Amino acid sequence: MQGEAMQENNQPQTNVSSKAGAYVFKNERVSIMNKVMPVLLFLCASISVLTTIGIVVTLISETFAFFQKVPVFDFLFGTKWSPLITPKSFGVLPLLNGTLMITLIACLVAIPFGLASAIYLSEYAPKIVRKIVKPILEVLAGVPTIVYGYFALSLITPLIRDIFPNAGVFNALSAGIVVGIMIIPMVCSLSEDAMSAVPRSLRDGAYALGATRFEVALKIVVPAAFSGIVASAVLAFSRAIGETMIVTVAAGATPSLTANPLDSIQTMTAYIVQVSLGDTPHGSLEYGSIFAVGMTLFVITFLLNILAQYIARRFREEY
Amino acid sequence: MSIFQDANRKQIANRRRVDWLLHILFVIATSVGVLALCALIIDVLVDGVARLQPQLFTEFPSRKADGSGMKSALVGTVYMLLIMLPLSFVLGVGAAIYLEEYAGKNRLTRLIQLNISTLAGVPSIVYGILGLTIFVRLMSLDRSLIAGAFTMTLLVLPIIIVSAQEAIRAVPKSRRDASFALGATKWQTVSRSVIPSSLAGILTGVILAMSRAIGETAPLVMIGALTYVAFLPNSLMDSFTVMPIQIYNWISKPQLEFKELAASGILVLLALLLIMNFSAIMLRNKYQKNV
Repeated sequence: MQGEAMQENNQPQTNVSSKAGAYVFKNERVSIMNKVMPVLLFLCASISVLTTIGIVVTLISETFAFFQKVPVFDFLFGTKWSPLITPKSFGVLPLLNGTLMITLIACLVAIPFGLASAIYLSEYAPKIVRKIVKPILEVLAGVPTIVYGYFALSLITPLIRDIFPNAGVFNALSAGIVVGIMIIPMVCSLSEDAMSAVPRSLRDGAYALGATRFEVALKIVVPAAFSGIVASAVLAFSRAIGETMIVTVAAGATPSLTANPLDSIQTMTAYIVQVSLGDTPHGSLEYGSIFAVGMTLFVITFLLNILAQYIARRFREEY
Repeated sequence: MSIFQDANRKQIANRRRVDWLLHILFVIATSVGVLALCALIIDVLVDGVARLQPQLFTEFPSRKADGSGMKSALVGTVYMLLIMLPLSFVLGVGAAIYLEEYAGKNRLTRLIQLNISTLAGVPSIVYGILGLTIFVRLMSLDRSLIAGAFTMTLLVLPIIIVSAQEAIRAVPKSRRDASFALGATKWQTVSRSVIPSSLAGILTGVILAMSRAIGETAPLVMIGALTYVAFLPNSLMDSFTVMPIQIYNWISKPQLEFKELAASGILVLLALLLIMNFSAIMLRNKYQKNV
């Protein structure tokens, strides 16, 4: 389509040569627009590439400067993160542990519920239910994360503390559950897209053999849409890793290597927020550390997003 | 023979029971999302309705919860939107027009397209780091309104580009052909036929992108939007705050009154988002009727 458009570009204009001066003038203006606009529009499109270059260059240069002062090995494999108290220590593992804990809890919530909702909406639900539920899920996806943070702190945390009295005011479980609720709509809509792309005839074939709706869903639709479902799960994982405000508000600010979800923890994103809230001077070690942590975050989410795209494309079943 | 029939009947009954059970399970799972939204709204309403008074809009934040409002945050959010809107509209729609109407099918185009979809998945806090380095430090815009607006523009661009591309793609080829047949040039066709007929779709995407920007907190915390602002920004270079940051500030205070204040701030934020989303849906409906 785009190729055809390019060809059409050359056809009109210019042939009609001068009849009246004004006409020529207008014709010239038109042809100038035809020359200038593609360039301007291309510049608009290149902003996105520049953004990526900006992100990569910024992160790499500042991270490099940080690694001049703190050895890479200490950063990647150190088990103690205490950037503000001397002796300063920059081992990223406690932050990574916090992030992974939140992400795992979030996925345990989001993937089963999101997938089940997707199966329900695509295989079971009558039209009217879909018409009501889908917009509600859209609203859920559009709620600002700071609002989810409030929700975690004021409703979920007290609930958890009722059940587990030894849970802290800030704990990983509450934040993780709420991050999970936040990404349910994403898992649901992506998986449902994949399932509704499965052709009707496959389902009809199974029904004709006497399969129940559940059997059709489990043995026909889910396998056929599997690449899309896995891709949605990977994207959910990446989204949970990058989530910032919920964990900043509800998960605490205690970087630790704990495996107990009732403890207060700190994620990579929450650490970045914590440092930038304080007045950290440019060039200090803490200032550099947010770039190193940001780089870690960027690399992980970037790889996951690429993986999701790869899975969705490579393992897609074509019908 | 009858033994087999019995076994068969039993098996069918079993399978039906499993189907029925899972049906119920799926309904329950689906309602979790719906119930979560209800719980969230009720929670915020119960906490925040008492402090939802005029002073929330007319007063600056203060040390005491009773006299506190979010005037500076509200104005900051509106100013930021006013700067972002034209900027992100021109850049986003421009990029979409280029990709859909002008770009050849080559490596560069694929790269740009891949790049946009990758950017959409970058955590928002990373945009904050970018804004901090490029706008706040390198261009020495400091912790200003304009630095915040630039950062948020970069953040929402992928959303606007993708939705504008979809809207432009939905314009039937016959419209373009008709325009060319009348002797219009490429740019005349794009500017007078393609853009007008996809405008509703484009605007829908822009509104949704703006509502994303209203709720974003992390990148603005990064570039240093202040948490305590008792004045209104007068110029692009003034420091500022926005609603989510004011709410975050109130949430992180230990006193109960500030929690209530945060809840009423959230109510204002959600109301604003609801209005924007509603207008986006109205636009989308109009747009679907037209094409």
